[in-house]
Order: sequence, then C-alpha cells, then structure tokens
Amino acid sequence: MLLIDCPHCGPRDETEFHAGGEAHIARPEKAAELTDAQWADYLFMRSNTKGWFAERWVHAAGCRRWFNVERHTVTHEIRRTYPMAGAPTEPEEGP
Amino acid sequence: MTATRPANLRAPPVRARGGDWVDDTRPIAVSFDGRAYTGLAGDTLASALLANGVRVVGRSLKYHRPRGILSAGFEEPNALVQLGKGAHSEPNALATRVEIYDGMTATSVNRWPSLSHDVFAAFGLLARFMPAGFYYKTFLGSRVLWDRLYEPFLRRMAGFGRAPVGADPENYDQRHLQCDVLVVGGGVAGLASARAACASGARVVLIEDNPELAAGLAASPAKEWIDVAIGVVKQDATVLTRTTVFGAYDAGYFAALQRASDHLPQEARAGVRQRLWLIRAKQVVLATGAIERPLVFPNNDRPGVYLAGAARAYLDRFGVLVGRNVVAFTNNDETYATVIALKKAGAAIAAIVDVRANLTGGAVALAKHEGIRVLEGYVVVDVRGRSAVRGVTIAALDGGRREKIACDALLMSGGWSPAVHLFSQQGGKLIYDPGMAAFVPDRRPADPWCAGALCGETGVDAAITGGWRAGSSAATALGKPAPRGLTAELPDEPKGDAPLAFWRVPVAPSAERKCFIDFQNDSTLADVSLAVREGFTHPEHVKRYTLTGFGTDQGKTGNINALGNIAERTGGDLARLAPTTFRPPFLPVTFGALAGREKGALLDPVRVTALHDWHVAAGAAFENVGQWKRPWYYPKDGETLDQAVTRECLAVRNNVGILDASTLGKIEIVGADAAAFLNRVYTNAWSKLGVGRSRYGLMCREDGMLFDDGTTTRLAPDRFLMTTTTGNAAAVLDWLEEWLQTEWPDLKVYCTSVTDHWSTIALAGPRAREVLQCLAPGTALDAENFPFMSYQEVVVAGVAARVFRISFTGELSFEINVPWHDARHVWEAAITAGAAFGITPYGTEAMHVLRAEKGYPIIGQDTDGTVTPLDLGMAWAVSTKKDFLGKRSLARPDTARPDRKQFVGLLTSDPSRVIPEGAQIVSESNIADVRLPQSSPVPMEGHVTSSYFSAVLGRSIALALVRDGFRRTGETVYAVADGHAIAARIGPTVFYDPDGTRRDG
Repeated sequence: MLLIDCPHCGPRDETEFHAGGEAHIARPEKAAELTDAQWADYLFMRSNTKGWFAERWVHAAGCRRWFNVERHTVTHEIRRTYPMAGAPTEPEEGP
Repeated sequence: MTATRPANLRAPPVRARGGDWVDDTRPIAVSFDGRAYTGLAGDTLASALLANGVRVVGRSLKYHRPRGILSAGFEEPNALVQLGKGAHSEPNALATRVEIYDGMTATSVNRWPSLSHDVFAAFGLLARFMPAGFYYKTFLGSRVLWDRLYEPFLRRMAGFGRAPVGADPENYDQRHLQCDVLVVGGGVAGLASARAACASGARVVLIEDNPELAAGLAASPAKEWIDVAIGVVKQDATVLTRTTVFGAYDAGYFAALQRASDHLPQEARAGVRQRLWLIRAKQVVLATGAIERPLVFPNNDRPGVYLAGAARAYLDRFGVLVGRNVVAFTNNDETYATVIALKKAGAAIAAIVDVRANLTGGAVALAKHEGIRVLEGYVVVDVRGRSAVRGVTIAALDGGRREKIACDALLMSGGWSPAVHLFSQQGGKLIYDPGMAAFVPDRRPADPWCAGALCGETGVDAAITGGWRAGSSAATALGKPAPRGLTAELPDEPKGDAPLAFWRVPVAPSAERKCFIDFQNDSTLADVSLAVREGFTHPEHVKRYTLTGFGTDQGKTGNINALGNIAERTGGDLARLAPTTFRPPFLPVTFGALAGREKGALLDPVRVTALHDWHVAAGAAFENVGQWKRPWYYPKDGETLDQAVTRECLAVRNNVGILDASTLGKIEIVGADAAAFLNRVYTNAWSKLGVGRSRYGLMCREDGMLFDDGTTTRLAPDRFLMTTTTGNAAAVLDWLEEWLQTEWPDLKVYCTSVTDHWSTIALAGPRAREVLQCLAPGTALDAENFPFMSYQEVVVAGVAARVFRISFTGELSFEINVPWHDARHVWEAAITAGAAFGITPYGTEAMHVLRAEKGYPIIGQDTDGTVTPLDLGMAWAVSTKKDFLGKRSLARPDTARPDRKQFVGLLTSDPSRVIPEGAQIVSESNIADVRLPQSSPVPMEGHVTSSYFSAVLGRSIALALVRDGFRRTGETVYAVADGHAIAARIGPTVFYDPDGTRRDG
C-alpha cells in the first residue's frame, strides 16, 4: 500500500486517497473548434509511461483536495507531491 | 479403524527426552481419525503423532500414496488435517504447526473410507497412465462425458479438506502498527537485528512464526547470549509470536496474521481467534531463514522419510526421535550435526550417504570420530516399505556397488533454499549462488535489509554478526546513533565442506515416476521431463503443466528441485532461470481474519433518515438504496407488495400521499460564480434563473453520457441548492469538487453537502395543498402565488421550512425541507392534518411506478453510462448556445448517430402482462428465430429498463432503450424473457396525463 504525502495533511495510507489518472492534461478551451480526432485525443488517450509519471490524486477521506504525485510506475516509489497549480519535474536528458 | 490398523504404524518414533517446548508433566489428550492419543503440552499435532508412532497421516492428491510427516514447519506439503467440526472446522491445517490442546479432534484428508484402506489408492498403480497433462488430454475430449461423468467423479476424488459448514462463529480482529524497524523472523539473526535496532533507540517490532523466539537453540553454545537478547528485546520491542508475516507490499507495508488463541481449547478461547496486523515500517530487516529441500530419488515420499532438519527439530523441541535406526542422505554438512544429535539421543545410525566425494571438513571428521559409517559419493536409489520405511538401497554414484541397508527412518537434505518470499514480494531481485546452490537476495540499496540464513549467513556465529549488522544499518539509516558494539564471545565453528548442487539421483526413465518433486501435487521427475520434452521449458510453463508449486504449500520444498531439473533437462544454466513469481500470501490466510470486524451489521455503514423509527413503527418494508434504508412500501393487514403499491399509487393519484425523500442528495453551491459554474456542469442554462425558482438539470461526463440529474433552486443570487439522485450524492459532490479544484480554480464557488442537514417530506396528490394549508394556515399556496418550480420559505407546523413546488409524480406536489431534528414533528403533523384527506405514506416502489407513468427516467436504472440526454429525448434540456461538460462529445460521429438506442415507452398487447425488467428486445422479423430451440444469435434491438403494472391505467407499462426507437413509434417488438416472447408496441414515454394538467391540482 502506497504511503502518499498529502501536501496539506502529510503522509497517509493509500486507502484514504482516490487516483485521478494522468496529470497536466488541460481541458481544451475552445472545444467546438477541435476536430473529432483532437477531441478524442483529449477524451480518451493517456500515456502509458514506464518510469516516472505525473498523476492526480485526491485525499478523498481527508482534506478532499486534489494534488499531483510523481510516482514511478515500476517501483511505485513516490518522489514528489505538489499542488494542482505546480509544474511537473522536467524529464532528465536521456543518454 | 483399530482392527485394521497395520502393525507397522506402531513405528519406532518415541519420546527420547523432554524437548525445549514441551512440558513433561502435562499430558494432553487428542483425537486423530477417531483414535485417542496422548501428547504433551507444547507439542504440535505432528510431534504428538510421531511420539505415538503414527507414520501415515494422509494420502497424496493424485495417486493416493500413503504420506507421512516430512517437515517440522510451515513448508509441510503432506500433513494436512481437518481440525474440529461443524462451523468451527478448519480445512488444510498443517499438523506441523498446529499446537495441540485437550480435546482437539483432527482427521486426515483425501482418503476414503480410511487412511489404511483407501479406495483410490489403485490410482498409484495407474501412475504410468496419468502423466502431466493427463486431465486435460483425457477428460476434455468429450464435453458430454465431462459434464455427466468425469467432473462429478473428480470432484468427489479431488482436493484435500472440506470447507466448514455454516458461518464462522469465531471473532477476528485487525490492528494497525507503525514502527521504525520491523524485523521479520525471530531466529538468532532476527533477534540480533532487533537487539541492535533497540540499542540505537529505534521503535522496533519483532515478528516470529513460532511460539518462541530462537526456536530450538537451547543446546547452542551461544545460549547465554540468546537468553540475554530475548530478555532485552522482549522489554524494548513489540514482540509478536505465533505470527506470520504473509504479505509485503509497497512502501514498507506488511500484513501479518497472529494466531491469538488457536492453541487453546475451544472453550478457553476468549476474545479473538486470530488477529491481522497491518504494519507500516520505515525500515525492514528480513531474517526469514531458509527452507530445507528434499532430494529427488525413487520413493522419496514414503512415510518415514524426513527432512534432516525436521528430525533435529523434533528432537530438540519435542524430544521425539523420528527413528531408532536411521540412515541420512545429504549433500551438505549440516546433516552431520543432526545425525550426531540423534545418535547422542539414543538412535542407531546405520549410515550417512553423502553425494559428495573426498570430504575433508570438520563435520565429516567428527561423524567418523563418532564411529558413524559415512558413504561418500553414494546415493539412495530406492526406499523399501510402503506405509513405513523399512530400508533403503544405496549405490555408488560412479555406478559401482549397490547395497541394501535396513532402517526405520531416512533423513534427507538437498541443501537449503533461503526463504526469499517476502524479499521477492517487495520487488527484490534474486540471484543464483552456486556456492550455496540456491537463489539468494540480490540486494540493492532500496531493498530491505537481510540477515541470517536468508542471505547465507549460516551458523549461530554468522547469524548473530549478520543480524546485528542489519539491525544497526536499519536504525542508522533513520538517523539513529549506531548501537554500541556487539560483545558476544562466540566459539569458532569448524570449517566444513561446501554443499553440492544435486537435483536428482540418476535413475532409469521408468523410475522417474517415483521420484517426487512436489509432494502435495504428486508432481514427479517424470512429469518435469515430459514437460520439457513437449516444449514447456520456461519455469512458469512447467509449473502450470505439472502443477509443481501450486497448492497450499506453494512449492516451498519442491520449486527449487523443479528448477534444477528443468535446467538439467534443457541443458540450460540454472542461474539464468527465473524462479516462479512469489505472491502474497506466504501461507493461507483465513477469510475471517481479512474481514476482521467488518462483517454483519459492521460490513457497511447503514444510514437512516430522521423518520426511520416512524417507518419501522408503521410496519414499512425497507430497501437498501446505497447505504440508506428507505421505506419500500407500507403493507397493511397482510397486503402483498403488489397490493400495497396499488393502494399507495391510487392514494397519490386520487387524494394525497406522503413520502420521506430525505435521502435525496442536497448540495449547496455558494459564491459569486455559482451560476457560471452551474452553466458549465449542467447541460442547460442557469444564468437567468430567478431567485426563488427551480429548474431541472442534466449532467454529463466529458464523453457526453448522462451522469446525474436533479432539480436545482436559486435560493439567493449567489446561492443554489442542488439535488442529486440518492445513490449518486457523493459522486456528484466529488465531481463538482474535482472540476473546481483542478480545472477552474479561478471560480469563486464553494460546495457543501447538506443532505443530512435537511430532511425532505414530499406531499403529492390533488389534495396536497389542503394538507399543507392546515400546517401553514397563513400562507398563500395557490398556483399563482406559489407556482410550479418555485421555492418559498414557509413556517410549516411551527418550523421554519424550505418548501419547493417540485413533482416527481406529475401530481400537485410540495417538497418540504426542514432541519433533520424537526422532521419527525412535521411528518407527524402532516399525517394528523392529512387524515381528513386520506393521506397515505408511500414508499420507493410506488414512487417508481408513479414516475414511470409520467415517463421520468431514473439515471442509473433507465440509463447505463452509454446514454446521452438526446437519447432520452431531452433535447429541450440541452443548450446549443453555451459550452458545458460533455457538449463537444455530443457531436462525435457515434454520439450524433440518428439510430442510437433511444428511450421509448412500451405497451404490451396483453395489458395484464408485465415484462420482466432487463428483458432483451427483438424485432418482429426475427421473432421466429428466437423461438427455435438452438437458433443462431438474433440481433438485439435494446432492453427494457423499467416495467410495472400501473393501477391508475389498469394495465402494464414499460420503458425501454430501443435502437432507432424514436422513429419506430407504433412498431410491434418482442421482449424476450424466461423463455417467452412478449409482444409490445413502441410509443411515447409519458403514459399518464401527457398534457400535465394535474401538476397544479
């Protein structure tokens, strides 16, 4: 069970949280102008990252606030939690 | 079975002397297979049976071979017993772990009618015809024979224990624990780890599977150090014994099962039987030890063949000698110390058969010094004796001479496999260590600390040193000071000979069928050879083809021998073969412990309204809606459901009904941007809604599918009261919060659930106004002053109330919201005042019928997540001007398709016929095919979502989703259910008062 460091409440068991999928996907402001393919991309397509992954969580059984988590999808290690407005960590340059 | 009991079951094992764990002065009476035995307090069932000379304790799964006790611990594959009777019965208990108590009853499993006369033992004779894959190859050939003959027969024959009868009457508990350092394993290494971590000031939890710490080391030269350490650790750490860590999860989370009172007689068990510990540890030391493995040779499964270490454990812990005349067969030095211990306890040692040659180490020298015959470079090639070992045949490995040796017990040791299960469960990698001939933890920085036999630190000296180092590392990793140095004076242990990887005795192919690899599943060397021959060379494939590694023991003794033989058979390198995946649980866990206290009334919270007691007193039948208990109907004078619903519906249509609608979700939406926010989440427009007015709204997800509906009222310019469906209240609030927090944080809006702040009492029916007038005499309630879809603050029966003119029945209706604690008073006042008008309480069933008569959908019943507002025929509630959640999706090609499944009404040709809800709909042209017995699939046109008998219409009505339904008005379709095809005509969804003439009374 993950131990998630809620930015507002501190470390708590995973069972207090709900996962909300990939982070940093903005809702298109002018949806009507998008093609069907562009809209479908926003609606359905998510990256399936192996490695560090930014995702949204909500402290459902606590402060009820949403925030972002950077979790490693292989080891489940969490290296960072940060508020919704925060920016993701820049990916390191590959070799 | 006394009369038929073979004499050889009275085999030699007897109590030689008192063991560390047993109390010689306290005899304990137990029953096994109906026969009484006497053990000692502290015995396991296995040690008690051995002390009484019982050799055969079960029959094997496939060939029904007699099987005896193999091990002394949790790795036992054979000695499964059924404990107790009735609801207390426990299947597949391990005799090697079960502590006996007075009155214990146990029975052997997988035999019929008795252990000594087993009907299915004839399968042993057929073994050559039942290779791996036999069941698949044979029984699935004919489906008919499988259903009628094979499966019923196999089910009688297969499996071990029987599931208990009735609900589990025991109590189980769960506890949470946080610590700095968790030490798993209370052997010497774990003890040293815990002591070091305690010494540095860490908060330590030490968990041991056995009833005692440092089990079986009373005779160790380090006994003094051990005793001191036990004293210190018991004082400074939380020590849980009889506790098994069975699961290792992310971020230092562990689950452990404590057998709190399993060792006590039934009547002495107070409180909980077992306790589940959920532990979060900052650092972990695994000191889980190692599991001895069998050697693979013909008839290595005979009762009386023991793991060598088990023989030592039975002697040291329980004082039981497993044989009077013993042969040992080994590939390592540790067996020698065991043999010498047995000799000193009075056993004769016929020989030590060692696969290794040219041994020069101290262990061998010591044995020879004791006068023990050591045969180097020899192997056991057969075991004589069916129900008990009578002797062995040995042969030189180089093919030279053979010899028969009489004995009554054979000890075997194929070396030790580190118990890497928890390490591996946590994602740790394993690496093959040729020196140990075993897979060991390949430790990386993030992995748990390891100590003792788990990482090859064998011997007390190495275990203490390694354990101390691991415990100290764990504590200092948390910033604790390093504990002061380890000061134990330990004698040097003599240098020995390295073990030799030895995966099988070379035998003729025909003899491989008797060389057992997985005792519990009767998987043999022949099976592994066959699997490899047939192309199954990956360990995961061999596992599934031969069943090696399945069962209650999960291959704790057999897996490594399977791997070794796969490597040999494929000519591959064992180091390149990955062991099959280790998953929780390490040992079987009782469902009761996982459920804990969360059963019965505590399984899920029950929510009741402020009027619940009134409903109970009125004799209401209840239904569960989410966690709520809602009155379903109020039967009078023995009425059936149908009779009561008919009466309640007619009362609403003709006079007045009263409904407890308190469970409706209520959310206050407050702030300067509240109206703008509603514009974005509802499909219709909200900006122009006047204060004091209500509006019906639909909510979609971003994919355009309906998510919830409800009526929302503007209480003030910046304040709205939203209502949601009962079961969706929490989800809607979460949905609103998610968008406010993640996408639109700039909006000044707050959402607050007020569901159980306001109780809702609905008055519905042509006489509703007259009832309310009695309760609010000074208020103008006529349609002009209090119009439909409006709201007023009214004093009702002396209570300040929020009253809404909202209708879910089509009748004149007032929904009265009052503070929760005033609800009972207002409800009773309405009942009293309404008596003159024939007021009738109605439940959810009547509510559903009444709304269906008006064609009002229930989101979640008439919709299923694939239905858009347009599919419901509610284009009038979908704005074309503004953006809202889901709007763009309504223009996607599939969503905009004209022939989607659409919401329609159905009227059956036979008005008395009520279609079962969920019935599939087929078109008239296909109905002939449906009636054919084995027809090909017929296109499904949709399904019936709601269906009732309408009392006011005197006929049945149904709502359905039908493909292209809007254009098929007037068409006859068929609803197929329960073998019948019911004809019905498609029409509008509003069956009653289509012009809405009744809403103002």
